[in-house]
Amino acid sequence: MLIFEHSRKNRRNYSQAPATRPAKNNIPDHLKRKSTPLLPEVSEMDTVRHYTRLSQKNFSIDTEFYPLGSCTMKYNPRACNSLAMLPQFLSRHPLAPEDTGQGFLACMYELQEILKDITGMAAVSLTSMAGAQGELIGITMIRAYHEAHGDTGRTEIIIPDAAHGTNPATAVMCGYKVIEIPTNRDGDVDMDALKAAVGPKTAGLMLTNPSTLGVFEKKVAEMSRIVHAAGGLLYYDGANLNAVLGKVKPGDMGFDVIHMNLHKTFSTPHGGGGPGAAPVGVAERLLPYLPVPIVAHEQGVYRWLTEEDRPQTIGRLSAHMGNAGVLLRAYIYVRLLGAEGMHRISEYATLNANYLMAELRKLGFEIAYPNRRASHEFIVTMKEIKDRTGVTAMNLAKRLLDKGFHAPTTYFPLLVPECLLIEPAETESKETLDRFVAAMKEILDEIATQPDMVKAAPHDMPLRKIDDVKAARELDLVWDPAG
Amino acid sequence: MPFIPHTEEDVAEMLTSIGARSIDELFDEIPAELKTGKLTQVPPGLSEMEISRLMYERAQQDGFYLSFIGAGAYEHHIPAAVWQITTRGEFYSSYTPYQAEASQGTLQLLYEYQTMMASLAGMDVSNASLYDGASALAEAALMAVRQHRTSRRILVPQTVHPVYRSVMRTIVRNQAIEVVEVPYDPATGQVAIDKLDQFAQEEFAALIIPQPNFFGVLEQVDALTDWAHDKQSLAVAVVNPTSLAMLKPPGEWGRRGADIAVGEGQPLGIPLSSGGPYFGFMTCKQELVRQMPGRIIGRTTDLEGKEGFALTLQAREQHIRRSKATSNICTNQGLMVTAATIYMSLLGPEGLYRVAAHSHANTVALVEQLEKLPGVKKAFHSPFFHEAALQLSVPADKVLNRLKAQGVLGGVLLENHYPDLKNTLLVCATETKTAEDLDKYTEVLRQALAASA
Ligand SMILES: Cc1ncc(COP(=O)(O)O)c(C=O)c1O
Repeated sequence: MLIFEHSRKNRRNYSQAPATRPAKNNIPDHLKRKSTPLLPEVSEMDTVRHYTRLSQKNFSIDTEFYPLGSCTMKYNPRACNSLAMLPQFLSRHPLAPEDTGQGFLACMYELQEILKDITGMAAVSLTSMAGAQGELIGITMIRAYHEAHGDTGRTEIIIPDAAHGTNPATAVMCGYKVIEIPTNRDGDVDMDALKAAVGPKTAGLMLTNPSTLGVFEKKVAEMSRIVHAAGGLLYYDGANLNAVLGKVKPGDMGFDVIHMNLHKTFSTPHGGGGPGAAPVGVAERLLPYLPVPIVAHEQGVYRWLTEEDRPQTIGRLSAHMGNAGVLLRAYIYVRLLGAEGMHRISEYATLNANYLMAELRKLGFEIAYPNRRASHEFIVTMKEIKDRTGVTAMNLAKRLLDKGFHAPTTYFPLLVPECLLIEPAETESKETLDRFVAAMKEILDEIATQPDMVKAAPHDMPLRKIDDVKAARELDLVWDPAG
Repeated sequence: MPFIPHTEEDVAEMLTSIGARSIDELFDEIPAELKTGKLTQVPPGLSEMEISRLMYERAQQDGFYLSFIGAGAYEHHIPAAVWQITTRGEFYSSYTPYQAEASQGTLQLLYEYQTMMASLAGMDVSNASLYDGASALAEAALMAVRQHRTSRRILVPQTVHPVYRSVMRTIVRNQAIEVVEVPYDPATGQVAIDKLDQFAQEEFAALIIPQPNFFGVLEQVDALTDWAHDKQSLAVAVVNPTSLAMLKPPGEWGRRGADIAVGEGQPLGIPLSSGGPYFGFMTCKQELVRQMPGRIIGRTTDLEGKEGFALTLQAREQHIRRSKATSNICTNQGLMVTAATIYMSLLGPEGLYRVAAHSHANTVALVEQLEKLPGVKKAFHSPFFHEAALQLSVPADKVLNRLKAQGVLGGVLLENHYPDLKNTLLVCATETKTAEDLDKYTEVLRQALAASA
């Protein structure tokens, strides 16, 4: 039932809004609203029950194992939430004077410094609100750099085919043509293709390392040399930073600009789709272009650097400073874990991934890159199973839901047929991984004995398989009270 | 180990299964010369008790103020239920609802949100959120250019939030889209239609129309919408969602209504929190839906005909269309929309109207009181919603400092963005302000003016 279907005309929550309509109203008549917006008229208890019930229809990290590849679904510590929601932090207006926000700014400044160290970059801006916006910032800075050097013939961005969809979408949004390069059989970028792709038109390369294939790009230093030699710059998509935290610094790998997804690596919540935060780090040569605001610490006082301090900045990407509350959660998280904790994250995320990969391989699942170490994630391909039985990666994913596990990422990266990208994250115990392995074994057995049942999954969820073809064909995007 | 459950025995068993001697060995594909030494700027870990103490101290350092600042982010009462429900783990710690069957809660909530938001704006459809109001405006500009096909120019009045204009410029410049600014009328604080007429012969993909505008002033939205439509431009509204309970919604502006309406969702139950996370909303006419950026939820059925919800029109999005997507946006501001939906449900149409009406009435009352002080006058003679520009006869920055010393944040200086508006404060009094609060502001301002004279 929709919230609107609980609605009764003139039912109100008397303690939530002013008790009466005010006497003063200076709005000219022709600018007044005459229609009543379709908001529900429900009691507070109705609202609480309705949305509590809806929440219970979700899988979440707090309730299920959620091995969604490329998403780093690790436990979101509760302390990060409650401390970021202290009333003084919540009530602080973004335009309140800096001297009324020194406590908050101190956290932001320290977070910048910590992220600089972790990434090996020269400076960090916190403004980006998600990975894709970080990419947009990075590519916009690359454009600004070339323009500042009078180098206007660079119209192409090179992107490996394994890249996340946001990479090519960002390049195009920034006015570039995308040159896609293939991956070799081992999961590394095809170096010959890279060499053939670079040239005077190359503005830059976007690389994810470890890649979304779950392997570390071993020739990254050589790639960096090739792209730089051609006059291009290197962008690092840091979505997979969890795998190498404290082990390798993108700055040391030769990258000029990077974003990191704090909503992955620094355990800020995914919130059913967002918000995120994706600070951007730059090497010296891109420093002048970094977006504002940036926090500075001068004579014991924290202040925002603005366009006046940074005349070559690409500008602003949000009305204020990005997702401040998310940044606070990330700051609290990194202070809880400390330097040792950063190393441990990548170590145990990698241990969990390699263990799960080994166990699934023993069951007979085909590993897409069997000769490689898993990073913090790895790929199982269902191609052979599908050819033999007709059961797809999506069928298996839905059957996992029946067994109380969220599905891995399916059909991404697109270049591996029938793929499941599995990322267990460091916060899961061996017992949970073993339970998952047992469920995968059960499904393998079911595929052998009753493949049609598996193809029709899910069975034990509140709903059977959702008809998304119908959703797109018979568009129903808002509720119509007339039916 | 914080948040890592492994025992030594677990690690030993796992390594045996993998066939590795140590965890370190699992990193053997990383070239040795790339391996990092140490993290030197990350302090040692703290216990929850220690970090709590640190954060309480930092929060306390920032304290509480009686604030009359608006300028794009507004203090409203947030019912306790909003964030108690929103931070339930099932909402807080779930991912984007790609696996529909395991995400019906989030999906249904978003469908309800789309219904509420579209109706509030008087538009046909809504997406499931963008990052914030500023980036939503930039996306609307890109969408208008895609839809218009021949023009790559956007006409934007200087009465639009200055930072929104700046964000839009940063984003659209990459695609060689030109942003042309229209000045405001210094007497009314509105875009005057006669100032627009110099552009009458030129082609534009869209005219941006703010309501209320950055000065809090109400624009002549019907005339502006028709002006845009008469020259085959799209009319893009930038609106405050609280105001929509009281003001004519964009879908009803002019003869045909605005084509796209965007704005900052923060006033709908999102705390100020130093600027974020908030959320951008975007609504539009049905015929533009395939040009929309971001996620959209549709109502459908399962195999057995039971009602269910799913992400739809995904062929617009980066994970399907890659370089041909309408936008690069992936992660949005989902949890903020969860809060906004619960907020709108708790308030209902009458509650939201009263919040808007009291915010309006309080600001009207405050302006009336302040105007009686010598050395204070309204900068513009136009009706306003819940914000107004006041010109002072003395240096306004000094006045603001004196107010701050009394625990009052008196507004923002417009001069930073509008060099002509010297010593002019933008002030806002929402429904959270009592008569005593307004009196307090009036009294401390009187003292500050006297001291600065
Ligand atoms: C590899 C990779 N790059 C980029 C992104 C985009 O990040 P966001 O969703 O925060 O915009 C993601 C996450 O979804 C990702 O997995």
